[in-house]
Amino acid sequence: MLRFLLGRLAVLIPTFVGVSIIAFSFIRLLPGDPVALLSGERVMSPERHAEISAQLGFDRPIVIQYLDYLWGVVRGDFGTSIVTKRPVVDQFFELFPATVELSLCAIIFAVVLGIPAGMIAAIKRGSFADQAMMGTALVGFSMPIFWWGLLLIMLVSGMLGWTPVSGRISLMYYFPPVTGFMLIDSLLSGQAGAFKSAVSHLILPTIVLGTIPLAVIARQTRSAMLEVLSEDYVRTARAKGLSTFRVVGVHALRNAMIPVVTTVGLQVGVMLAGAILTETIFSWPGIGKWMVDSVSRRDYAVIQGGLLMIAAVIMLVNLAVDLLYGLINPRIRH
Amino acid sequence: MSQAAATSAVSTDPSRRARLAEFWYYFSENRGAVIGLVFFIFLVLLAIFAPLIAPHDPTQQYRDAVLVPPVWQEGGRADFLLGTDAVGRDMLSRLIFGTQFSLFVGVIVTTLSLVVGVVFGVIAGYFRGWVDTAIMRVMDIILAFPSLLLALVLVAILGPGLVNAMIAISLVYQPHFVRLARAAVMSEKSRDYVVAAKVAGAGHIRLMFKTILPNCMAPLIVQATLSFSSAILDAAALGFLGMGAQPPTPEWGTMLAEAREFIQSKWWVVTLPGVAILITVLAINLMGDGLRDALDPKLKRS
Repeated sequence: MLRFLLGRLAVLIPTFVGVSIIAFSFIRLLPGDPVALLSGERVMSPERHAEISAQLGFDRPIVIQYLDYLWGVVRGDFGTSIVTKRPVVDQFFELFPATVELSLCAIIFAVVLGIPAGMIAAIKRGSFADQAMMGTALVGFSMPIFWWGLLLIMLVSGMLGWTPVSGRISLMYYFPPVTGFMLIDSLLSGQAGAFKSAVSHLILPTIVLGTIPLAVIARQTRSAMLEVLSEDYVRTARAKGLSTFRVVGVHALRNAMIPVVTTVGLQVGVMLAGAILTETIFSWPGIGKWMVDSVSRRDYAVIQGGLLMIAAVIMLVNLAVDLLYGLINPRIRH
Repeated sequence: MSQAAATSAVSTDPSRRARLAEFWYYFSENRGAVIGLVFFIFLVLLAIFAPLIAPHDPTQQYRDAVLVPPVWQEGGRADFLLGTDAVGRDMLSRLIFGTQFSLFVGVIVTTLSLVVGVVFGVIAGYFRGWVDTAIMRVMDIILAFPSLLLALVLVAILGPGLVNAMIAISLVYQPHFVRLARAAVMSEKSRDYVVAAKVAGAGHIRLMFKTILPNCMAPLIVQATLSFSSAILDAAALGFLGMGAQPPTPEWGTMLAEAREFIQSKWWVVTLPGVAILITVLAINLMGDGLRDALDPKLKRS
């Protein structure tokens, strides 16, 4: 297992260096003067320009600049926002819990509905239930989620008035963030109705963000299950007279889950891409909306830092998925 | 002349015809795939003949007909079947012209990412060694970013617009083709027919692209249909975020972005462009499922 871990790390580190080169080059590839872009000052005298340039280190050789940047990153310095003048890393960790909370809810939604749906479809292969569920899954898979969000707001919030339109919690409630997770914080605050408000704000974004993962997981579970169900050991288990529930739920499920776990892991990147759209539609104060806002505000320092941190998070999650995969499927370790 | 010769060569080649017949047999068994194909052909015709079919110019603003509802609703007008948008443009005409942009995005992005991805993938899988390592590390780096975020940032560098959005999306999709092509080439490379061609004196280029590549096409074609539908979704998403096609282009995602403020009152401006995106992507994905069934022997139903 240790060798497996080291092998994965050996790939991860050069990738991280590459990602940091991309983030570093980003600001220098933009049309316009990087000094002006990073300082946010449009008009400046040549003296001021030289001063900021020296301050940012732009007067030194590019390799030194990069190494300096990398050294900063290693120490947790991801730059300073042009708009808010605050360290990018502080903003990131302030907003990140909102995205994690939403993504976790969405992935739970997708797994809890998707795996049973895929299993039932596989067992009742060819039946009406199978066709209906797989048809729905294909529609979900083809869904433009930004439109799906608008549609749900129109129907559920607008016409039925069941859920709020945007944000994480009603403005009536205020309490200092403890964990950053609104569901937990609202419970800790002890204010009546706060938890309910947080839940109602979370429902639609969870459905919107979870739709594509749900469809992918249901389809993947079905095909993995179909493959496993035709194996000899499943036939043996059936021949022994075990109930369908035991055969499917215990014998088949364990092996069918191997590709499904990978699929769930791969959905993390999809989630973060989806969070960009979902958070924008629901004004959810997470990193997806933060990045979109920074692009439209031209806050290049935030884009640069955010890009690198988001990539780092995805790489770490992928590493965790790989390790988990190695645990449940010992064959892969060798 | 040469084209005619090529066609007759194709139709007299029995193995090829048999393969096509077998392909169509498996493809047509999947009812959804056939429905998807028919609808896709309909969309292609719609895109080609848009100027003839659309009742109005998609950018023409009728000042006397702002936010007219569809014809079957109270206040609807017969000359605007699906109503008009906030500046009095005909929804139906905009939706019809929108097929041009979406299909164009799909074709260009798929072609670009397929061609470039296959070239790199075949080279990586064929030569292995440091070339392979270098190419695959670069692909790992691209894959470390969420695709839409990377596309968004690339568009921020290149400037918003449909062409730049297509370039960005193509770049983001490439690694999938590289990985598939590389894996397929690696499994084919040691086969007897490749060794035979090598012994017969075939050069590297011929071995890579004429001997090996045609036998690796199945997974690439399936991935290409997937990219086609994802490209339409991502281009619409970028349009929605204001980073893709710019107004007044009748691109579906851009239309949705313009319609956001009417979400509570004028359902047709919000609903119709999304329906157009959904059914287009759905048709292509249905076709993709049929292609996978027909082309991928491992997944073929027994």
